Amino acid sequence: MSEHTTRQAFKQARAMIRIRGLHKAYGDHEVLKGVELEVDESRVVVVIGPSGSGKSTLLRCCNGLEVAQRGTIDICGQRLLADGKMLGERELNALRMQVGMVFQSFNLFPHLTVLDNITVGPRTLKGAGAAAAKEQGMALLEKVGLAAKAEAMPASLSGGQKQRVAIARALAMAPKVMLFDEPTSALDPELVGEVLSVMKLLAKEGMTMMVVTHEMGFARDMADTVVVMDGGQIIEADRPEVIFSSPSQTRTRSFLQAVLKPDA
Amino acid sequence: MTLDFTPAFTDWQALLSGATVTVEVTVCALLLSCLLGLLIGIGRLNPQRRLAYGVSSVYLSCFRGTPLLVQLFIWFFGLPRFGILLPAFACGVLGLGMYSASYVSEIVRGAIQSVDRGQMEAARSLGMSGRQAMFKIILPQAFVRMIPPLGNEFISLIKNSALVSLLTIHDLMHEGQKIISVSYRSLEIYLVIAVIYWLMTTFVTMALRSVELRLKAGGMVQ
Repeated sequence: MSEHTTRQAFKQARAMIRIRGLHKAYGDHEVLKGVELEVDESRVVVVIGPSGSGKSTLLRCCNGLEVAQRGTIDICGQRLLADGKMLGERELNALRMQVGMVFQSFNLFPHLTVLDNITVGPRTLKGAGAAAAKEQGMALLEKVGLAAKAEAMPASLSGGQKQRVAIARALAMAPKVMLFDEPTSALDPELVGEVLSVMKLLAKEGMTMMVVTHEMGFARDMADTVVVMDGGQIIEADRPEVIFSSPSQTRTRSFLQAVLKPDA
Repeated sequence: MTLDFTPAFTDWQALLSGATVTVEVTVCALLLSCLLGLLIGIGRLNPQRRLAYGVSSVYLSCFRGTPLLVQLFIWFFGLPRFGILLPAFACGVLGLGMYSASYVSEIVRGAIQSVDRGQMEAARSLGMSGRQAMFKIILPQAFVRMIPPLGNEFISLIKNSALVSLLTIHDLMHEGQKIISVSYRSLEIYLVIAVIYWLMTTFVTMALRSVELRLKAGGMVQ
């Protein structure tokens, strides 16, 4: 086997998310126009770009919440989507257990306590016993610094706390990949830090992460690759130091100038 | 004009027995109404599931669009023409329950659709099937929102149950009319019957209020 083929095979095995030629439209409006992206194991890919550039749609395609009309998506070595055809219901549910999703608006289950929010997944889907699920749930709450809130109802938590619980809920399924859809956008500025610290902790532990965010500090510090999207396309993808110091595209430059501009 | 309530007091056992039958008919109809209403309501959630949506929509249209009294008479007087002879009590329960289910189904559908879309997405993204997400996540939240409109519907059900007296069921109304036929004290007896119905509906109102308060205390209602 040639060195090239070996490297290809190695790369193939390590890619946790592989997106090829992804096209998605809502009626006449094309939101994704041939997106190509790869996220390797234990890597953090941060997707940035102006509103309406297709970032969130791309992320939501990765766990089947949106169905793209053309292109392919492979997650954890399994084909999620091939030219508008999704995996069957049962396989899709199994695959979703491996892909944790964190939403902008938290989407905690308001009728369940914090601990039950975390244990409902493993208990319903993995047949975990009450004691084992509780033990794992408490360990995760400890990890996100909210063990004291185990019995609280979500309504009594701050935005930052809710998002940390949402991260713990996703982690309870022991996912191989985590998707973050603007996890700090709905938070008051003083609460952003606590969520980002949990995400940094996950990144340091080697979690494969795809993050859509406007937090440029996080992108700069934690991303292995920063992907810039505009008009439904990836216009640039590189290491953060390249993107933030010498981007090759003028659109990237103007976007970064706009978001990094200090308040007057 | 003097009011004489003596016949009501003399025949209090008949009124009590009638009230018991009214409660029995109402509770049975209520159970049927909730069960059917839930199925029909879920059936009308997704127009792409054509069979379930079609059957549910036809049901809703027929049972909500025709008078309850006509439906009760069809059960009681109409079905025997096809050789189906149901006891009067069953006709009353079926008539009331199926009529009420059409209203309950819309309450169920509205409550489910009012739950934020993100809840279903969060449940599905954990790996839950549509059914698991519906029963574990959506319906418990929808149920809380159903309580006030369901309360109204159940109160209507109690009051509408007076119509089953026309099917020879010995409910409160029927017993009252029997007393009137021998005492001729119609105003007094109807007033007593009205008070008994009022007590029943007030009890339901208070019970539902207490459930709501309990859910509020538990943090399930804002």
